Amino acid sequence: MNPYVVPGLVVVVLVTVGIGAYGLRFARTTSDFLVASRSVSPSWNAAAISGEYLSAASFLGVAGLILRYGVDVLWYPVGFAAGYLALLLFVAAPLRRSGAFTLPDFCQVRLRSPLLRRLATVFVVFIGCLYLVPQLQGAGLTFTTVTGGRYEWGALLVGLVVTANVALGGMRAITFVQAFQYWLKLTALAVPVIFLALQWQSDGRPAVTPPAGPVFSAVTTVVVEQDAVLDGTVTVRAGDELTFAAGERVPEVSTVDDNRDAAWLLPGGDTGLFATYSLILATFLGTMGLPHVLVRFYTNPDGASARRTTLVVLALVGLFYLLPTLYGVLGRIYTPQLLMTGRTDAVVLMLPEAALGGGHLGQFLGALVTAGALAAFLSTSSGLLTSVAGVVFTDVLHAERGGSVRDFRVATVLAAAVPMALSVYVANMDVSRVVGLAFAVAASSFCPLLVLGIWWRGLTDVGAAAGIVTGGGAAMGAVLLTVMGPPLTGWPAQLIGQPAAWTVPLAFAVMVAGSLVTKRRIPPDIGATMLRLHAPESLRL
Amino acid sequence: MTDETGAVGRTGPPPSRTRVVLGEAAARRRPADPARADLAEQTPVGEALVKGLVRAQLALAVRLSLVVAAGLGALPLLFAVAPAVGRVKVLGINLPWLLLGVLSFPFLVGVGWAYVHWAERNEQDFTAVIRRPEA
Repeated sequence: MNPYVVPGLVVVVLVTVGIGAYGLRFARTTSDFLVASRSVSPSWNAAAISGEYLSAASFLGVAGLILRYGVDVLWYPVGFAAGYLALLLFVAAPLRRSGAFTLPDFCQVRLRSPLLRRLATVFVVFIGCLYLVPQLQGAGLTFTTVTGGRYEWGALLVGLVVTANVALGGMRAITFVQAFQYWLKLTALAVPVIFLALQWQSDGRPAVTPPAGPVFSAVTTVVVEQDAVLDGTVTVRAGDELTFAAGERVPEVSTVDDNRDAAWLLPGGDTGLFATYSLILATFLGTMGLPHVLVRFYTNPDGASARRTTLVVLALVGLFYLLPTLYGVLGRIYTPQLLMTGRTDAVVLMLPEAALGGGHLGQFLGALVTAGALAAFLSTSSGLLTSVAGVVFTDVLHAERGGSVRDFRVATVLAAAVPMALSVYVANMDVSRVVGLAFAVAASSFCPLLVLGIWWRGLTDVGAAAGIVTGGGAAMGAVLLTVMGPPLTGWPAQLIGQPAAWTVPLAFAVMVAGSLVTKRRIPPDIGATMLRLHAPESLRL
Repeated sequence: MTDETGAVGRTGPPPSRTRVVLGEAAARRRPADPARADLAEQTPVGEALVKGLVRAQLALAVRLSLVVAAGLGALPLLFAVAPAVGRVKVLGINLPWLLLGVLSFPFLVGVGWAYVHWAERNEQDFTAVIRRPEA
């Protein structure tokens, strides 16, 4: 095992706790604690938002998808970044001015409906749990890759650590901790990639797509995990060890779905136009509905700085997403065995040692990316769990009737238990795919609520509830069917596997129609609410 | 008897807890001049002013999202209709990889920057109308 990994992980945890403790010394009041007294500059705040947002799906999953499927999945990183542009254009400043802290709060502020508030709570919990699953999957995968232990242990271990951390108040969403995590994640991918590129140069620039298909760059032993057929002819059994010489072609394995040659290099492979546009809609519009993203906007002092913060987030996130693509592409050359095992999400973790050899440099850089991965799932899952547990605490356990710290801990454990169970169940799904499903649900429920709520006076509580139930419910059903149902083929598979292209328009349509039918229920103070959402603070109304 | 100087008496009951409500402070200040009063009291003039601002900001956001829809959203269609575009190489890299993997991010930031710039200008215009002395 790599000797640098354990010290690297210990340093990440110590620095995180250290910065957290340092920040706590200055946190005297409730306001300090919740919103950092709103005195955080846009650039710090933006780094913190990015730190919380760049999850295991971004750090590990995107590179894994690119290694496996090629150019078509570049829409994932583009969409993850573009989601912040949609947030900036339609939501950022008015949402900050509304004073809403969470999505249920927004329902209360804009539509004054306790029923809608409860409905929003259900969706926040569902999306939060769904988004936690891939984080724990990433943790399990990292554990397997680094220690050789069982996947389930890694997922459960990190799940327990994060739960304990949030329940005991160990890592609050402290701005400086999250900002540190962003720069750590960026460094952990940027520094190794420089050495990887140099190595690729000195190896004589091996082709990414050799004419005969991907080849092994060194002698490689692959342990078969499932009974399978290689290249449609040779049958192998689980547990078989296959050794390949350098330069030998990587066989196609019947149990692993991947794109080869032209399908990998050129757009329009096996994913059709429908799936691509569905993915674009889900990621572009889903970001604004993620529970842990919205909370942070309250840290801005006013609407204008919320806008500037979002712009910086867009730049920081975009900068980060330049890197996973390079890992996916270089993985084609140096870790093609992942195409046989199907564990492509491990490419970021394995690439430094595979390309640079098992020497000190390779091991050190390997430890660096592992530390970055730890930062990725610690920061995102802590932020998510805090916001989901907060919503469960206030809206399910009814904290307004005297909630105690014990109740908050119960809420945390409740909110963590379901994703931990699910993460063991869906072990074989791509990390980014699961994240894509969470985005689809958010885009079909909260995106229409926020956009129409902010820009259209005619929205009513009945219309909003109807839209969320139909659009969001349909997306939710599609997700449950994908994760737990039987495998589908043909058009149903497309419609259910990437539901956003029909669920988002459905949600908008039902919301508008429902509101037009129930015009009488438009809140009487809508004029004042619109003024509050859109008027610049400099007027001091 | 409670202490009139404001100090908490040693024998008095401890002050009861108050719930801190965030984000409500701004609502309590009173407007001073007529245009602001129009806004705050929801007169037809005030309504029209706010509607104008909302419309201007929405038009800006919709226009820029159309730019993104045309710039990025049209790409999958383009690659499907004209597969030859996907084979074009720039600097040894296939064009789709370059467009999606690298250039899309500065493009998004550029659109975002333009939005922030113009949205702030819209708000300045609005503020100027409200602050204008008796028109």
